[in-house]
Amino acid sequence: MFFSAKQRRVIPGFGLTMGFSLLYLGFIFLIPVGGLLLYTSLMSWDEFWSAVSHPQVVASYKLSFGASLIGATINLVFGALVAWVLVRYRFPGKKIVDALVDLPFALPTAVAGIALVTLYASTGWVGQYLNVFGIRVAYSQLGVVIALTYIGLPFVVRTVQPVLEDLEAEREEASASLGASRFTTIRRVILPSLLPALLTGYALAFARAVGEYGSVVFISGNMPYRTEITPLLIVAKAEQYDYNGAAAIGTVMLVAAFLLLLLINGLQWWTQRRGL
Amino acid sequence: MTTQTLTHVANPELAARWRRATEEPAWVRWTLIGVALTFLALFLVLPLLVVLYGAFEQGLQVWWAAISEPDALAAIRLSLLVVLIVVPINLVFGVAAAWAIAKFEFRGKPILISLIDMPFAISPVVVGLIFVILFGSQGWLGPWLAAHDMRIIFAVPGIVIVIAFGTMPFIARELIPLMQQQGKEEEEASLTLGASGWKTFWYVTLPNIKWGLIYGVILCNARALGEFGAVAVVSGRIRGETNTMPLHIEVLYNEYMFTAAFAVSSLLTGLALVTIAVKSFVEWLDERNRPAIASH
Amino acid sequence: MSIEIDRVNKRFGDFVAVDNVSLTLNDGELTALLGPSGSGKTTLLRIIAGLEQPDSGRIRFHGQDTTDLHVSDRGVGFVFQHYALFKHMSVYENVAYGLTVRPRSQRPSKAEIRKKVMHLLEMVQLDWTADRLPSQLSGGQRQRIALARALAVEPKVLLLDEPFGALDAKVRAELRRWLRRLHDEIHVTSVFVTHDQEEALEVSDRVVVMNKGKVEQDGSPEQVYDNPANPFVYQFLGNVNLFHARVQDGVARIGSVSLAAPEYAGQRDSRALAYVRPHDIEVLGDRRDDALHAQIELVSVVGPTVRLELRTDNSESVVQAELTKHRFRELGLGQGSDAWIRPVNSRVFLEDGELQAG
Repeated sequence: MFFSAKQRRVIPGFGLTMGFSLLYLGFIFLIPVGGLLLYTSLMSWDEFWSAVSHPQVVASYKLSFGASLIGATINLVFGALVAWVLVRYRFPGKKIVDALVDLPFALPTAVAGIALVTLYASTGWVGQYLNVFGIRVAYSQLGVVIALTYIGLPFVVRTVQPVLEDLEAEREEASASLGASRFTTIRRVILPSLLPALLTGYALAFARAVGEYGSVVFISGNMPYRTEITPLLIVAKAEQYDYNGAAAIGTVMLVAAFLLLLLINGLQWWTQRRGL
Repeated sequence: MTTQTLTHVANPELAARWRRATEEPAWVRWTLIGVALTFLALFLVLPLLVVLYGAFEQGLQVWWAAISEPDALAAIRLSLLVVLIVVPINLVFGVAAAWAIAKFEFRGKPILISLIDMPFAISPVVVGLIFVILFGSQGWLGPWLAAHDMRIIFAVPGIVIVIAFGTMPFIARELIPLMQQQGKEEEEASLTLGASGWKTFWYVTLPNIKWGLIYGVILCNARALGEFGAVAVVSGRIRGETNTMPLHIEVLYNEYMFTAAFAVSSLLTGLALVTIAVKSFVEWLDERNRPAIASH
Repeated sequence: MSIEIDRVNKRFGDFVAVDNVSLTLNDGELTALLGPSGSGKTTLLRIIAGLEQPDSGRIRFHGQDTTDLHVSDRGVGFVFQHYALFKHMSVYENVAYGLTVRPRSQRPSKAEIRKKVMHLLEMVQLDWTADRLPSQLSGGQRQRIALARALAVEPKVLLLDEPFGALDAKVRAELRRWLRRLHDEIHVTSVFVTHDQEEALEVSDRVVVMNKGKVEQDGSPEQVYDNPANPFVYQFLGNVNLFHARVQDGVARIGSVSLAAPEYAGQRDSRALAYVRPHDIEVLGDRRDDALHAQIELVSVVGPTVRLELRTDNSESVVQAELTKHRFRELGLGQGSDAWIRPVNSRVFLEDGELQAG
């Protein structure tokens, strides 16, 4: 068997579009990210390890990852609820509420940051009432959780919504006709079909929260060992020209982001396979 | 006759309580709606109101003064300049990447899609750091840049680069699923009718992706104007020179000029509201067109 | 314009879609590429159009090699299975598209375009839809617009991919008669792909039966139906019963029944399969020596015909027979009755490995 010398594609523009895409990705993304990894790899292991395991840094990991986990969990519960309410129920103003869910995605994080701190400060609209019960949100770890919940809010809603819309009523009707109560149907039939989407949304909200900076720095108060998130430490070190320290911590964050993205891709693949 | 048929209707009380197999009892429904709306009011509506209240609390004149003072104007100008550079580049990239991914089969396609997704997951602060290490005065290329009298970090080029990096996925992510869903039959039909590649793109592909493209551009625009973490690292916050709108807000806030901070914020908030309004409109269009497509 | 397909091969990964196919399609003929899904018929059509590139082999239009010519320069009219109408353009704009995208120097004037488009729309009897969007038309109407659009560029050949596949039965039947009449009017060399044997037999001048990337048979509809070249074609074109038989000297024997098989005149005793269509099985109510005994297992009445499922004494599979309702009444048989069956017309193929000797 012989082949034509040149494999030609019928729709034109593959070389041009692919070439430009790779060039752009390469220049703006791959080379810089590779540069950071190379920079870090040129450091000695001891230098790297002491930078990433300094107690102040470890405290910031605990806060960043811990608060992100709590925020994502809150979003998992309320995001599923919001998606359910938006898909299944009718109430006045539903379209507007649905649109507003995207607000944290479109609103600049700095604006969100100053809005949240103003709301939750001890004199703020919400803060003054919480203050009565001795709950402090602004300048505390709770404030970090609030900010990270805010920016992760759209993710669970938007991943669960389409799956919920595509669920066939017939499966629920079948469950009901077989004698299951409504609660059992939701637990045994609906929830398992939503599981991959829920986990994907959870992971997305978590990934977004771990790296977040703008909405947190205003409300957290940035007290070392207590309310300092990891991205803030990177900024601080970069501003003091401690590039080695910043690069080491940045690499840890980059690897975490990469692993999270792998996890998310895996979950999305699972969601699609389930959807068939 | 009529009364007779009516008596066949079962106990009206029971009939009123009848519900579908896919429905919850009314009290459950309204409880869930109530909880969801309370959560959203607390997290979405209150922050929005606090920005608008803070901006206009002292009247329109104070608001106007805050956004028309020189430093604010400089920040707005810089932000618009950055957007004018970044959005077109990311537009070309988004269209090119979506065309390559949606219209062709090639090995490594999932990897390419993941790469485009990466900036979503990477902390904006790390993005800024990467470019400081590459181009900063203490960075790898710093001495060379200084010798050639070029500045990237603490200057406009650095801001443009980090924002381009951070907003790279938005238009591509909007277009890829849209173009994949459209398939390539219409393009093939156009080619069999003798149209060139460019004409096919212009007359057939572009009208089909128009609204997705517009939303992608507006989202990219909003995110580019709002980008904060990465810019905070590379800008150096030189007043009137390298302060973008979000950085200007931060400076005002830290100087306890809350009303001015909220005034500038209100501009970006308005833009965010426009963005989600356009998104709703595009989705509405899509839903309206869907039955027609499905019956093909 | 004739189309010559010369030793064309195409594979997708490990899957061989088109396996060394050579065919010549004559000028002005309407040819059906018929085959089950995955038989390579659509791939072959797309190769003729230039929408796929063959791994090897050549395509010639009227002797001229077009293999490496890009689809947009090839001058083919292609009608897609799902129409591929441009959703955002009106019907008029869709049909005019091929003319309006021409380079300025070759583009007809606005008035000429208008005249031509309206003529085509009249021809497909849809001139009243000119200002509508494709989404406002029914499936059958969209298909006719797709055809008008393909014809607007005056293609040298017209290629149709499962043109009626997405339509319901009644519209399908109407449209295919209409296509036949249209082809008689314009006489452009046309090829259409279908998996529906009835459609292929009714519409085309010539049927090419494909299976697993190869051409199984190529001939007029009558030839293909009445003289299938091999068991595949036999089974693909309509229902068929299989009988194990032995062939010797021009006679095939199924149990006590003998059938003439003159094509195997010199054949020594060999195993063979006899293919008999249901309507070629005679059903009798009384014993006869040259018939097989069977029991009627199922009687189903479909309009004017009666279909029987019968089980013969030594067969595991069921024999299907078809007769008129009138004839069935005459026989006075019913479910469970004993009957005798006799193939009146059959085609015998030797089993694999039983090569013909001389």
